Amino acid sequence: MKFIDEYRDRESAEGYARALRRITTRHWTLMEVCGGQTHAIVKFGVDELLPPGVELVHGPGCPVCVTPLELIEKAIEIAARPEVIFCSFGDMLRVPGRDRDLLAVKSAGGDVRIVYSPLDAVTIAEKHPDREVVFFAVGFETTAPANAMAVFQAAQKGITNFSLLVSHVLVPPAMEAILSSAQTRVQGFLAAGHVCTVMGFTEYEPIAARYKVPIVVTGFEPLDILQGVFMCVKQLEEGRHEVENQYARAVRRHGNQPAQQLVDEVFRVVPRKWRGVGEIPQSGLGLQPRYDAYDAELKFDVVHRVLDEPKECISGLIMQGLKKPNECPAFAGVCTPEHPLGATMVSSEGACAAYYRYRRVAFDPQGEVQGHGR
Amino acid sequence: MCLAVPGRIVTIEGDDPILRAGIVDFSGVTKRVNLSYVPDAKIGDFVLVHVGFAISTVDEEEAAKVFSYLREMGDLAELVDQGEPKP
Ligand code: SF4
Repeated sequence: MKFIDEYRDRESAEGYARALRRITTRHWTLMEVCGGQTHAIVKFGVDELLPPGVELVHGPGCPVCVTPLELIEKAIEIAARPEVIFCSFGDMLRVPGRDRDLLAVKSAGGDVRIVYSPLDAVTIAEKHPDREVVFFAVGFETTAPANAMAVFQAAQKGITNFSLLVSHVLVPPAMEAILSSAQTRVQGFLAAGHVCTVMGFTEYEPIAARYKVPIVVTGFEPLDILQGVFMCVKQLEEGRHEVENQYARAVRRHGNQPAQQLVDEVFRVVPRKWRGVGEIPQSGLGLQPRYDAYDAELKFDVVHRVLDEPKECISGLIMQGLKKPNECPAFAGVCTPEHPLGATMVSSEGACAAYYRYRRVAFDPQGEVQGHGR
Repeated sequence: MCLAVPGRIVTIEGDDPILRAGIVDFSGVTKRVNLSYVPDAKIGDFVLVHVGFAISTVDEEEAAKVFSYLREMGDLAELVDQGEPKP
């Protein structure tokens, strides 16, 4: 496929690996923020091409993984109501709640549907005026314009049986939370390319300056990631800490302005709880008060549920770059994609699931050779 | 979750900027995509599509730079290697 295949070229990848080896003189720890990048890194073995001094740790960039338990419980409670058609991206269905997931609600007769786009949920609402259609609006800045448009179109068309359960998170505040933690090992960031297609990258400039870390906006294919790592290490070796754009084929400095305008029309910045990390100020999006009628938490009166996370799951440490999945005692034993304890084992972009799928052989305590993949 | 796939715009319809949509071709698989966030995109342009929305146009000139950057780095590295022979 054009704009994909050429960025998987082995020879160019090795070229980047060689160039990287030439410039690396010390140990550097970089974090890739986005779960899509984590998935590509582990799948294509990008980390195995890096010189031993360059380590990649995996960031909090999987919206499925950081959705807190209490929101999953709210989703389950709403989805179980007989009048509700609950629509969601497929990834959310298997995220464990306290004692069941959305898939269990579906098997028990709940009307839970997987949709490709939030606009599909609006169409379902139009077709079923007698039912309440709720869309589980999960995502980063990349997805916010789509969810904003769903609400905006519903309002324009006068559709009143549609609402969003909003769990939107923002990337820059999470990066700051990681950098300001005393234990952080992160010396440079690969910023999430698709988040930046929407938001641009001016937000990162004060972060790079304040914490003296290079931030390279990076794409998702193996060559993009290798070039991003190269640019980041080059800055570190030269003592620079700037924001650079590796993914210029899709990212402009000020991002996508029509998309930002509609996001601002529908959403506002709010504090948000991140699963395994805790509450981060100004790190999420909630609906603007003028769109209260589209807020499922208000409509179904589930605002004040509070719940703690299960103790055994260390996904919070993994998403802050302090641990790797195979350092979790539950990894591949008690916790597997079939029986996940944490969301990082569910989503294909979760670090635990990526390690389980592509790296299990290396970590299998019995040393049994097991097949890759599902 | 933030997966976005590049595809080529085949048709564009709708005068209302909010409802602007079209068919996008992903190497043979076609899908209807909302185009309101890429108001300048034309038929034949490549766009990045995420959950049914085009969120950016792909700049073909920039797209090639990943490879030329590598060449530059390769050339530079060789020059440096020649200039500073290791003992
Ligand atoms: S392996 Fe399972 S329990 Fe351990 S951190 Fe990952 S999701 Fe949590």
